[in-house]
Amino acid sequence: MELSRGVDSDIQDSLKSYPAAPANKRSRWFSQFDGRDKWIALLMIGIPTLLHVALVWFPTVSSILLSFTNWNGIRFSSMEWVGLKNYQQIFGAFQRNTYQALLNNTVLMLFLFAGPTALGILLAYLLDKNIRGTRIYQAVFFTPVVLSLAVVGFIWKSVIYSTDNGLATQLFGGGKSVDWLGNQSFLIPIGDYGISHNFAAILVAIAWRHTGYIMVLYLAGLKAVDPSLREAALLDGSSEWQTFKNVIFPSLKPVNVVIVVITVIEALRAFDIIYVLNTPRKTEVLSILTTNNLLGEGGGNVGRGSAYATILFILCFGFVIWYVTNHYRNTQEGADS
Amino acid sequence: MSAAVPQPYVHNKKRGHFSLGRILLYGFVTLTAIVWLVPLVGALYASLRPFADTVQNGFFSRPDTVTLDNYRRAWDQGDIARKYWNTALILVPALIFTLFFSSMVAFVCSRFSWRFNIFMLSLFTAGNLLPQQIIIQPLFQMYNRVPLPDWMSNSGKLNGSTWGIILIHIAFQSGFCTFVLSNYMKLLPKSLNEAARIDGASVWKQYWQIIMPLTLPALAALATLEFTWIYNDFFWAVVLEQQGADRPITSSLANLGGEFFTDDNLIAAASVFVALPTLVVYFALQRYFISGLTLGSEKG
Repeated sequence: MELSRGVDSDIQDSLKSYPAAPANKRSRWFSQFDGRDKWIALLMIGIPTLLHVALVWFPTVSSILLSFTNWNGIRFSSMEWVGLKNYQQIFGAFQRNTYQALLNNTVLMLFLFAGPTALGILLAYLLDKNIRGTRIYQAVFFTPVVLSLAVVGFIWKSVIYSTDNGLATQLFGGGKSVDWLGNQSFLIPIGDYGISHNFAAILVAIAWRHTGYIMVLYLAGLKAVDPSLREAALLDGSSEWQTFKNVIFPSLKPVNVVIVVITVIEALRAFDIIYVLNTPRKTEVLSILTTNNLLGEGGGNVGRGSAYATILFILCFGFVIWYVTNHYRNTQEGADS
Repeated sequence: MSAAVPQPYVHNKKRGHFSLGRILLYGFVTLTAIVWLVPLVGALYASLRPFADTVQNGFFSRPDTVTLDNYRRAWDQGDIARKYWNTALILVPALIFTLFFSSMVAFVCSRFSWRFNIFMLSLFTAGNLLPQQIIIQPLFQMYNRVPLPDWMSNSGKLNGSTWGIILIHIAFQSGFCTFVLSNYMKLLPKSLNEAARIDGASVWKQYWQIIMPLTLPALAALATLEFTWIYNDFFWAVVLEQQGADRPITSSLANLGGEFFTDDNLIAAASVFVALPTLVVYFALQRYFISGLTLGSEKG
């Protein structure tokens, strides 16, 4: 509870004028309020929390539990406990979809780091160099970020990747049609699986949007770096790259953590752009497999869908915890000083 | 953006001086910017000419005719006016209640000492980071089991109603907003509460009349950001609103693709309709937009 130390000490000061203040913590929470106020405070925090827990955390826990059941979602009485059967199925009979989706999610994540995240950081660094018209450049790179990935998919499909008349087709097709989003053959095969041509095309469209996002976050971080740090390093005779690597990058740790978490979560969340393109074969990701089991003949397959959801949860939860503990540890230090 | 951060020492030295490094720098940034503009400019360009023209002459050609016909057809066939209205019905209440709810939680957690402060804030922060698809199976089943009267829902259930989509937006988005607002409120002087309390101001009064007015910059930034995020939502409405006609505009793309699939320029025009409100909000309120994003990434 160190976070609240600053608040605590203030309140302790104010408690001095209330000599009756009891020592134990629970009563101290109440003693901050007079009469009716404690109930109002409880309501102010209670209603939003109830909604958030009921619609976000309760379903999250339910997903994990439901992944051990077989259920079509129609009647509770038809639900049966099947242990690990759903997992055996998705890594057995449905392994082609599952492994391809896992691979696609992984590829997307690595690609986001190596491509748009790196480019976004580079652009932020360059645009921070007192460039003329820097705001215009920033606006250009940031504009795709305000678009939904579904719209991004539509724009790229109709303008860039159109089979006969797309911009990419006419630039790189050599006069022939290119089925950018339909070509499911592997660009880079990995065993029985691989990165398909159409998934690679989707990656490029996603990069168009992700780069500006990272650029803006990093730019805000760079503005906060003490200019004298940079000057000192350059006067020391460090090269620009060394200065960035040894001085600037480490001083931006909070932003770096945010960027890592955002990139990982975005890679696991990817859904809109693939769904809006009707999920071309070989471009399935975990979120699509989860949703595909929602409805179907004779109800959905809640158990299998939840098993995919649980895998998604396991993959992201470590990063979520890391981010949250990191953030609140930082705030603690802030409150202490 | 805080382009106003003063850096005169570089400015004066470099003005008018063009080294090879500077030329390469401008060259790289400009080239990348041009590439970045291609998809949007291309969409605008294609949307202003008949598809037959593009097919005949190729993408890179001067258009025979410049026409708004694609926009007229997309507007009518896509029922865009109704989709905008559907979006507004979701967006306005979701936005107001998200900010209202999260500001209350942020206020109590950041202004008063409480054993569960960190736990509460962590709960909201973590909740906002979960991929939506993790919760969709149980949420769908829950929504299917909540009956609503006919005037509230065509389907007679929470599932398939505007209400359900509003609720999940509030629940989900309040994670991020609580996180940002609590970071912001924590920085306001602690003495404000004490002074108010000694004056006999109730908790509600401290929240509404003292802290909220001081939090307006953060609220404005969040409102701009959340406008875009809720407007851009595709997933919730695609899954929880099965009637295509009742879907908000972004989710209706899922249907438009099938209807327009033969005419790329019509798709481009429809895309422009969908993108337009967020682009307008971004260009009009750029400062708020960016500060909203960066508020979330700085340490509190």
